[in-house]
Amino acid sequence: MPDTALEQLKRSGRIVVVGASLAGLRAAETMREKGFAGSLTLIGDEPYEPYDRPPLSKSVLLGRADADRTLLPRRRALDAEWRLGVPADGLDMAARTVRLADGDTVPYDRLLIATGVRARPWPNEAEGELDGVFTLRTRDDGAALARALAAGPRRVLVIGAGFTGSEIASACRERGLEVTVAERGDGPLVGALGGVIGAVAAELQREHGVDLRTGIMVTGLEGDATGRVRAAHLSDGTTLECDVVVVSLGAQRNTEWLTGSGLGAGPRGIACDAGCRAFDIRGIVTDDIYVAGDVARSPHALFGYQFLSLEHWGNAVAQAETAAHNMLSESTERRPHLWVPAFWSSQFGVNIKSVGVPSMGTEIMIAQGSRAERRFTGVYGYQGRVIGAVTFDNSRWLQFYEQQIEATAPFPLPFTTVDRRSDGHKPMPADFPDPSVPTHGPTITLSGYSPADRRITFTPAGH
Amino acid sequence: MNDGILSQILDYANRANPYPLYEELRKTPVFHDGTGPYVISTYHDIQSLLHDPRLSSDSRNLAATAGDPLAEGEGEEAMALPPSFLKLDPPEHDRLRRMTNRPFGPPHSPRRVDSMRGGLKDIVTGLIDNLGDPGRIDLVDQFAYPFPVTMICQLLGVPREDEARFHVWADTLAASLDPDPDADPAERQRATHDSRMELGMYLAGLIEERRKNPGDDMLSQLAVGHGPDESMSTMELLSTAALLLIAGHETTVNLITNGMLTLLRNPDVLRQLREEPALAVPLVEELLRFEPPVQLLPQRTPLVDIEVRGITIPKGSSMWLILASGNRDPARFEDADRFDPHRKDIQHLGLGSGIHSCFGAPLARLEAQLALSELARRLENPRLLEDPPPYRRNAVLRGPRHLRITCDGIRP
Repeated sequence: MPDTALEQLKRSGRIVVVGASLAGLRAAETMREKGFAGSLTLIGDEPYEPYDRPPLSKSVLLGRADADRTLLPRRRALDAEWRLGVPADGLDMAARTVRLADGDTVPYDRLLIATGVRARPWPNEAEGELDGVFTLRTRDDGAALARALAAGPRRVLVIGAGFTGSEIASACRERGLEVTVAERGDGPLVGALGGVIGAVAAELQREHGVDLRTGIMVTGLEGDATGRVRAAHLSDGTTLECDVVVVSLGAQRNTEWLTGSGLGAGPRGIACDAGCRAFDIRGIVTDDIYVAGDVARSPHALFGYQFLSLEHWGNAVAQAETAAHNMLSESTERRPHLWVPAFWSSQFGVNIKSVGVPSMGTEIMIAQGSRAERRFTGVYGYQGRVIGAVTFDNSRWLQFYEQQIEATAPFPLPFTTVDRRSDGHKPMPADFPDPSVPTHGPTITLSGYSPADRRITFTPAGH
Repeated sequence: MNDGILSQILDYANRANPYPLYEELRKTPVFHDGTGPYVISTYHDIQSLLHDPRLSSDSRNLAATAGDPLAEGEGEEAMALPPSFLKLDPPEHDRLRRMTNRPFGPPHSPRRVDSMRGGLKDIVTGLIDNLGDPGRIDLVDQFAYPFPVTMICQLLGVPREDEARFHVWADTLAASLDPDPDADPAERQRATHDSRMELGMYLAGLIEERRKNPGDDMLSQLAVGHGPDESMSTMELLSTAALLLIAGHETTVNLITNGMLTLLRNPDVLRQLREEPALAVPLVEELLRFEPPVQLLPQRTPLVDIEVRGITIPKGSSMWLILASGNRDPARFEDADRFDPHRKDIQHLGLGSGIHSCFGAPLARLEAQLALSELARRLENPRLLEDPPPYRRNAVLRGPRHLRITCDGIRP
């Protein structure tokens, strides 16, 4: 028997999307694609229509693209009401309304939350407000930082050597600017890829003239009389003169507006089931509230049913499409969001890609190529199976390793491959930092599992 | 040799339409008749294997070629050249391909292909201007064949006055890929050998000269060498030049000819293209799916026993990956046997995938886009004089030997 309520929803229902960025846009497009003819409202805290973020830490900082020219291409006309420049401020699950910061309330029959993340600010608020201190997340951030770099500062300090921090340092060097990178861990990218790869990334940075300082914290920023930053104090007791500081300490999830709503939302994101339906705080799945993108946390069969949340471009698209599909489908036609995490970065002339969850890995082997040549594939192992892979300038092989992850193939790899070198025969400890120490996860991605790809075949270990 | 479906695929009688045979083949996604190659015909399997680092492209890893009718003979050794990067694995492959790419594309030469647009357009215009009697045109001999050779001369930097000689060698070598059963094989072999030698000597001379007086052409750039990979040896450079010549030549002829044939069979699409030249871009993609010039890859071999769909393919076996079959796999493409230039989901295998994906792809695309949109614009009411046209012998690099058409006139 057809679900008449569903038919009615599709014909004349009200769908509200909170979060007008990549996931929100793709979800809205998918809804229209699926024949949703009712009213569609997109709410975004920024005054801009959805734009693409990956260029902000790359071509925008190099002056090759304008921050205001990275609008996301539209897949189709949306016929939506845009409420831009006004953040959502509260949710009343019983009344099915979203409250906006300007006091308005927007009623919904189905709600999709895709509020994403924001840059973690410098913990000392006064220091963070000094002129010349930046974070990089939004289009305005990108434009402001690009202007500051174009003005030719004498030294840039980047605090944090995750992906964004490393890309910023790379852009600075390409512009011929002196740059210091201060990282609390033992090397760049160690949170996402571990110490073995971090050592390669460190060499790469130093070769390109980055003043990389690891195992160090910035203890304070100092301004001059006009309120401009002029120096940073480091935990080794030294002081560094700098006139631009970029705080690149990872991201925080935008969930505060849901406090007290009864939805299962917190600092680590909004918990949802594999079909993107949000949980309430009692652990009961909702029927009318869906989640997608960086703010969502969902359980994944391939990774021990851990609730994963990822700041991955491809994940945002895939999850948005799945959420939109499920919002408009009978229960038997809903599908799970079973993506394999994938991300992409470009820095110091090297293309870095990764699939799976390297940071779950305890061991790594260099399956192809060599670290000395900066062209290799590293495969991560966890409890005797392949859990992740990373390539430096070697991405054309990555799909194979993705399939190994999907098939929970044994680790170390029991076979040989083309381009296996002598150091690739034995696994070594992947050398991830203590998980209780905060690190930067991967932040920028361009690839990912698409529903058009082959479905995952999950083979439990031991079979 | 076996008598089954593989010999039917190779049988010239089925050249005009091999697609029903591929459909049959897909019912046994890993086909092996006991003695011949392991044949893979479905999209996802081919796509996976092209990214599988356990497969080698280096024929030295083949255990035995007995039973593989497409196994290579002594051909290339006649020129005594080292294998080109097409037939090498990393790291050697990577090094040579990277060096070859330096003067050809991003990041070091991002505008090379686009800067050729004007020159390509001039060649196309000149060839169409000289088609002669519009009532009797052989689009292969008069257009699709001369176009890519003239282009590769420009790219490599062959001086204009030598182009005629270069054309003759290139034609002979391309013809050697496509044996004619009526010709005397010994005679052919000698002609091929002589052409190889002469072309090799010619290129070696040109390379020497460019080392002293480098220009902006690819041969100069390759001869001079840059960066951490240093430069190619003369022998490596000759292999690479020969690869660019052969791979960039025969395949483009077939892409353009298959394209025109498909358009003439779909007059509504031809009309759309005339009215809207920008349609050439998606149209060429669909063409690469629908009628790919390289029908199959016969040179992959596993370094270890591998399992595909539960079947173990032993180390050293010969394998064929039938790209053209994967491109028509209904499990991957909706309405796979339909030519639809408006298709949105078009991740085809026509240019391969993985590290050996077509090196010349950006140029091949541009050549085909320009050629087809100009032909559509200038030929007035073109019709096929025979359908199907006579095909070349070659089952791997498949395309019509002639494409005889007529039209009411040629627009300026």
